[in-house]
Amino acid sequence: MFTELNSILNASPDTITQGEFILISDRKSDASFLIHHFLTFYLKARCRVCFLGLVQSFNHYHAVSQRLGVSLLQAKEKGQLVFLEGLSESLSVLSPRETNTGSHLGRGGEAMDFLRDPAIGLKSLYEFVRSSLSSSDGAEEWGPPVLLVDDLSVLLSLGVSVGAVLDFSHYCRVTVCSQLKGNVAMLARCDGEEEEDDGDDEGSERLLKGLTHQCSLTLHVQGLPTGYCRDIHGQVEVCWRRRRQCEGKYTQKKLFQYKVHDKGASFFAPGTSSAVL
Amino acid sequence: MAAPMSGVGKPSVTSFQKKTRSKLISIAGTRPSVQNGQLLVSTGVTSLDYLLGGGLAVGTVLLIEEDRYDSYSRMILKYFLAEGVVCRHELFVAAAQDNPDDILQELPAPILDDIAIHKPAEQPRLSSEPQESLDAMKIAWRYQNLPKVQSALASSCRFGHYYDVSKTMEPEIRQAAKFHRFYVPEHPTQSSPTHSTMPESYSALLKSLQEVIHREGFDLAAPMSNSRNILRIGLHSLGSALWGDDLCCHDNPKNGHSLTTFLYGLRALLRSSLSVAVVTVPSHLIQDRALMGSITRLCDNAIALESFKGSERETNPLYKDYHGLLYVRQIPHLNCLASKLPDHKDLAFKLKRKQFTIERLHLPPDLSETVSRVSRGELSGAAAVASACGSVTSGNKHLDF
Repeated sequence: MFTELNSILNASPDTITQGEFILISDRKSDASFLIHHFLTFYLKARCRVCFLGLVQSFNHYHAVSQRLGVSLLQAKEKGQLVFLEGLSESLSVLSPRETNTGSHLGRGGEAMDFLRDPAIGLKSLYEFVRSSLSSSDGAEEWGPPVLLVDDLSVLLSLGVSVGAVLDFSHYCRVTVCSQLKGNVAMLARCDGEEEEDDGDDEGSERLLKGLTHQCSLTLHVQGLPTGYCRDIHGQVEVCWRRRRQCEGKYTQKKLFQYKVHDKGASFFAPGTSSAVL
Repeated sequence: MAAPMSGVGKPSVTSFQKKTRSKLISIAGTRPSVQNGQLLVSTGVTSLDYLLGGGLAVGTVLLIEEDRYDSYSRMILKYFLAEGVVCRHELFVAAAQDNPDDILQELPAPILDDIAIHKPAEQPRLSSEPQESLDAMKIAWRYQNLPKVQSALASSCRFGHYYDVSKTMEPEIRQAAKFHRFYVPEHPTQSSPTHSTMPESYSALLKSLQEVIHREGFDLAAPMSNSRNILRIGLHSLGSALWGDDLCCHDNPKNGHSLTTFLYGLRALLRSSLSVAVVTVPSHLIQDRALMGSITRLCDNAIALESFKGSERETNPLYKDYHGLLYVRQIPHLNCLASKLPDHKDLAFKLKRKQFTIERLHLPPDLSETVSRVSRGELSGAAAVASACGSVTSGNKHLDF
């Protein structure tokens, strides 16, 4: 986890707010470093985590988390982490070997069932999430359940419709945030400019708008508006929505610039990068 | 595969130790990365290796967005396959337009006068070479065994090799390499029993790849033996109409996600085996930029080529040192948080006989009398007269004394 981001979000592993739906989004940039932050943050906070790693292999997340101080293998063995490795489960669905036609797919293989026919939607993926987070064996020692998804836009690339993805996120929010009093963090990536609406990037724009409406905290990562810089990798806009305690200020926005290092990321106010000062 | 470390918090465990932790198998033609310990192979073009951070990581995909006439992207694909032959890796070539055997016939010949490279297969041919080269250096004989100095972007040249594009590779060298092929017209479309999300050519290709990886033992799950090898996969012109895909034909393709589903399956295959893939896509035919964005995100490394051939830039004297522009669209961050992006975004390439150079684009000095660079009146006259020499003003009458 990144200590500077914790102080920006007023969060610490000892006291976490419950019922949060965090949306991490990016536009022409790469916000996956924030997913690593939330993964290690919630594991350090002793929460029960269900992680849908759809785009990278388990070893990648494990290697990065080790640099940030958490071992995913140990967490998996202790039962704290349920990891769905989308890539390896997808092979059994995409090109089924002849010997496997009669055999039973594992839980992960059933969760990736939408690859066979994207029109059926993400119901089996939701069932996987629900069964991993609401099983009560040994759940007393862990904190509230957390769902992390990396990332949702790859589901659009695999043919699932925007409506199905929004349904999935809504069901997850209801189950995890309201019923189980946990948190959800999802990553959605977007590629086009915000102004153009000639239907080029309709899918991911609509997904982003729908998710922004549902969430309570957004972190939007973009490149610098002034161009490419080697020392400042981009800017993050943090936006708090629906604060229940202060009815006056409904949304609050803050803008930071960031730089990603080997072992973390540093966030600073615009113009105060160490390369400039 | 990674053994769990006891914890990063301890002061004795440094990242330097992690890099020298030798779980890496030593395979010919590969080397570990200095940044994060990944196993790297050379793409065949040393400048491109430098741009990608030392080489192409095993288990990743390099996406090349083709130039308009598919000349330079095809050249890079051939460099990649030729490097595989020279390093004795296995090759898998899939194409829809040309027979993979024809692509193999056109591989450039490696330049073998670098004595540091040991290749037992070519020993009989090399026996005459050292005599000549020793004779060539009588005075500076101490420099004989040093590797040649490269002025363009390059890393150590023992890792990559150089090729002479005016000659094709000798049949003896080529036949020493094991080669698998997939030619789309040879796999006629049959009605699949289950409803598939991809056109049959893509699913047949994925199945064929999986079968080759499993049969030849490139699976990481297979028991580790002493002789592991790398499988180099070259996929030519994916997404074009000859693959049965309508991405390039329509504005709103019917199954717009077929190529992306295939790339997802390809990534799954590569992450679990010792193989590398280079994929070329005719991106100039795809109208939907967002689709190109999602294709790029599903590949790890991505570069785009724009050649000057046939455009008005070909005769522009500003660009006459280069054959085209090269854009780096994406560099992955594998097993680490940050990726090493190139410092400059304005890169240009030139295909010379013995080297494919990628350099930072720099304009030649403007020696004409007029101040503005784009004064076409005098410069175009000079370009018509000048041949391939470097000075812009060779025909400029104002400086004739």
